Amino acid sequence: MATSDKLIQVKNLKKHYNEGVIKAIDDVTVDINRGDVMVVIGPSGSGKSTFLRSLNLLEVPDSGSIIFEGVDITQPKGPDGKKLNLDVHRQKMGMVFQHFNLFPHKTILQNMTLAPMKVKGLPQAEAEAKALELLGRVGLADRANAYPIQLSGGQKQRVAIVRALAMEPDVMLFDEPTSALDPEMVGEVLDVMKELAAAGMTMVVVTHEMGFAREVGNRVLFMADGKLLEEGSPEDIFEHPQNPRLKDFLSKVLR
Amino acid sequence: MLTSKGFEAAFSYWQLFLQGVVCTVSLSALTVVLGFILALLLAVCRMGRARLLRILAAAYVELFRATPMIVQVFIIYYVVFNGVKVLPGVKLFGFIRFDRFFPAVVALALNSGAYLSEIIRSGIQSVDGGQTEAARSLGLNAVQTMRFVVLPQAIKNILPAIANEFVTIIKESAICYTIGVQDIMSAVNAVKGATYRTGEALIIATVLYFCLTYPTSKIIEHFERKMRRGDIR
Repeated sequence: MATSDKLIQVKNLKKHYNEGVIKAIDDVTVDINRGDVMVVIGPSGSGKSTFLRSLNLLEVPDSGSIIFEGVDITQPKGPDGKKLNLDVHRQKMGMVFQHFNLFPHKTILQNMTLAPMKVKGLPQAEAEAKALELLGRVGLADRANAYPIQLSGGQKQRVAIVRALAMEPDVMLFDEPTSALDPEMVGEVLDVMKELAAAGMTMVVVTHEMGFAREVGNRVLFMADGKLLEEGSPEDIFEHPQNPRLKDFLSKVLR
Repeated sequence: MLTSKGFEAAFSYWQLFLQGVVCTVSLSALTVVLGFILALLLAVCRMGRARLLRILAAAYVELFRATPMIVQVFIIYYVVFNGVKVLPGVKLFGFIRFDRFFPAVVALALNSGAYLSEIIRSGIQSVDGGQTEAARSLGLNAVQTMRFVVLPQAIKNILPAIANEFVTIIKESAICYTIGVQDIMSAVNAVKGATYRTGEALIIATVLYFCLTYPTSKIIEHFERKMRRGDIR
């Protein structure tokens, strides 16, 4: 079972801007295993968000490959020789954004049932029952008929998380999920993420929350200038950092 | 001079005016539908990946926005349709001559499609890119994303501009009397010829046009308010 527990294999991923002057991702190779809670840290502009967004090809890399559940999704053709349908793979990768990106013209319930109904073809009643159950889990069942603008930032992000979960993904990608929140709302979102990790969800989290990285993560990646400079357990990274850039970064963020 | 006798004379041709209203309304309604479909296609082409389609759509829009409407109507009627003489001489509602009416619809739709496509394009571009990213990451394909997530928000943003364009279509359709379409203006012309009362007929036409355009913009305003529900705390 050596290969089957590798959920996502990233190989020699590269992404350049401005004719190669800016290297957003500079030759990153890493495996993400089932059940991993992988936290990606690094200074701003380090390429960690670009890296995360490459995993479901919201950013298209210049070279390298991303093998998700055995399929190289960077290739135009799938293993069956037909044109690769990226949407099929994307629905198994839930994504949570810094700015929530809830659909403002739809109610919370409609936000959550849209993809299950249109993509998976679930009947409305079934999709709504599932959505309400998920909303209940994050304490927002009573807001099902509200519109996103009526919710606080923390509530919006909790909805965004369960909206992704409604598609029953195999991995959840978090792109700085607490960076746009007021400080008093960070905790409620992190709590939901902790529960998710405890339930065994595979997660890749780009964040500045070092406490979360330490407490919840089982692997921590440190990126700077588009390079993956150090990787290890939270203890390795926070107690025994090797790379000088990492030491410098930690001295600034941990104080 | 406007006189009550003059109005009486003009009103005695009320059936002509009624026919004119029916004709103007059908002309504008068909134009709106066809123009909107054309505009959607043009907008998609202009924002698409195919370079050739992008250039063609852009050229089309620029051409139709930069030439006078009456020239377009005449070219469609005299050159495109009269040259081939393919249209049947049937009459819609018993009086609207199809061979005049149809070229007018085509010309107006081609023209308003160009304007509407620019409005739709700006509307689509006004929707935050994060919306598309969220939809695509949930597994929706490009068409579903456009239909369920981007377009509803885009249309909400551009409803005032669309309302304006619809009102413009009703007003500009008046030009079609020049190719023999029996719209409100054509009724004015007929009454003028029969009674020599120009001013009274024009006043009636003014009132009729206003009664068409004003409710149109009010109805769209109502929908706009309805669609803004998601913006109210």
